[in-house]
Amino acid sequence: MARTVGFFTDTTLCIGCKACEVACKEWNQLPGHAPEFGDGYDNTTQLDEQNWRHVQFHERTTAKGGVAWSMMSDVCKHCALASCMEVCPTNAIIRTEFDTVYIQPNVCNGCRDCIAACPYHVIGFDEASGLARKCTFCYDRLQANLTPACAKACPTESIKFGDLTTMKEVAGARLNQLRGQGMSEARLYGDTEYGGLHALFLLTDKPEVYGLPPTESAVLPSRNNARGYLGTLVTAALGLVGAVFAFRERGGKE
Amino acid sequence: MIEHFVTPPQWEWYIVWYFFLGGIAGGVYALGAILRLMGDERDAPVARLAFLLSLPVLAVCPVLLTLDLGRPLRFWHMMIDSRTFGLNFKYWSPMSVGVWVLLIFSVFAFVSFLEALASLRSGRPPFLRGGLARAFVTVGAVFGLFLAGYTGVLLSVSNQPIWSDTWALGALFLASGLSVAAATLSLVTRLGRHEQSSEAKLTRADRYFIILELALLVVFFVSLGAAGSRFLAPRWVALWVAVLIGTLVPLALHLSTQRRVPAMLAAVLTLVGGLALRMVVVFGAQM
Ligand code: SF4
Ligand code: SF4
Repeated sequence: MARTVGFFTDTTLCIGCKACEVACKEWNQLPGHAPEFGDGYDNTTQLDEQNWRHVQFHERTTAKGGVAWSMMSDVCKHCALASCMEVCPTNAIIRTEFDTVYIQPNVCNGCRDCIAACPYHVIGFDEASGLARKCTFCYDRLQANLTPACAKACPTESIKFGDLTTMKEVAGARLNQLRGQGMSEARLYGDTEYGGLHALFLLTDKPEVYGLPPTESAVLPSRNNARGYLGTLVTAALGLVGAVFAFRERGGKE
Repeated sequence: MIEHFVTPPQWEWYIVWYFFLGGIAGGVYALGAILRLMGDERDAPVARLAFLLSLPVLAVCPVLLTLDLGRPLRFWHMMIDSRTFGLNFKYWSPMSVGVWVLLIFSVFAFVSFLEALASLRSGRPPFLRGGLARAFVTVGAVFGLFLAGYTGVLLSVSNQPIWSDTWALGALFLASGLSVAAATLSLVTRLGRHEQSSEAKLTRADRYFIILELALLVVFFVSLGAAGSRFLAPRWVALWVAVLIGTLVPLALHLSTQRRVPAMLAAVLTLVGGLALRMVVVFGAQM
């Protein structure tokens, strides 16, 4: 059944329990990496080929001098205009009937162009299979009309799942509610970036703090094609002129 | 300034060597073509040498690219959609374009190689003559130049900081590719003690290429702006110094002397500098 799905992750509700990370690994049979302990509670550290959900922990000083903790469960954004999909030379990356972005494991040849393209640090290279891997939006579960494992497991409903239009409404309403309560720093991310993300986030700080490019940075790799080739063409012309000039001069002149 | 959060694609030595050798194969072919089209009969041996060199260097390229894949046996997925068996070609993805250019250029390099080989014995190119021959090497040279330069565009068409922050990488790689190609050709020529006048021509051409490369290095850093500060770490500074030695010293040698040993030293330094440039651009953005 074709439909356009989306996640809405409300960071104000996240308690950092990592149920989403665990549910994702269980369902998708991802063994995960050995934990890395830094100076916080985050021992997952990043999204990659094993971590398709990653709960970020951010500490910051509030206006009143207290410490605020904000957590965000990060995930592939299933961008409407997806950088990864744009560059993939094998067409392994497709848009599914659910309007999600999916890497076909039987097509990908592990060239890793998509990894350098994703501006959200999502895709990782899996040494064991030789493939690029990331969140599938639980493609198999969607086909069986099930909720993705992460959203199903989240005990606070920080991760919500549904049709994208519904998610946008829910997100908008929540933003108004928080703003109404005086939380002026609340903001929505993902409505406009890359043609509209299929994973919306309600943030309480600037997007960059959460590793999300600011709106004006949400640009695609292909922006560099024309000017890159043009510079190369001009150089080719200049080089050619130089070579012709050099080859025409008579040998004994110097 | 554009701010992205990108995982490095782990493109390492295979890719660095591919960029380097692709530049030589394409550049040498283009120089051979120009020598054949513009030069006189005394340049024929060096033009032939260029075509003899281009193919073997080129032959290494697809091997490197295939070995770099996570699934080498699926290299053909680059060209053929493994689900529909239609052709895969995305003009907006330089990796896709590059695979086709590599394939088409191989045909030109192969034919020119066979011709050069045959003409070693007979003294005349056997199958392609006159206007057809000129047209053939001209088109081949266009593909060769594309191969030498597109690799920089490939890096730029991403969201990786540094690579995608500049438009000058394709231009820079092409200028360096031409310079490295001229150095390769002059080195091999001098080893084989070919015609004196062709060597002088190559040296003069290399002077232009080096000046072009130096100008583009400036353009590269200016276009990077603040993003270029990443290169200030000691290990990258060391590689940039190698790049500078590989351009400035050969330029000074070219300008001051025509003698054989300094000319060969200049060529070797150019090659080292060309490799260092690709190393610092490829590794420097990822680490
Ligand atoms: S977040 Fe990255 S991996 Fe996910 S669809 Fe967008 S570009 Fe692709
Ligand atoms: S690694 Fe796989 S999915 Fe990514 S660009 Fe290459 S072929 Fe496409």
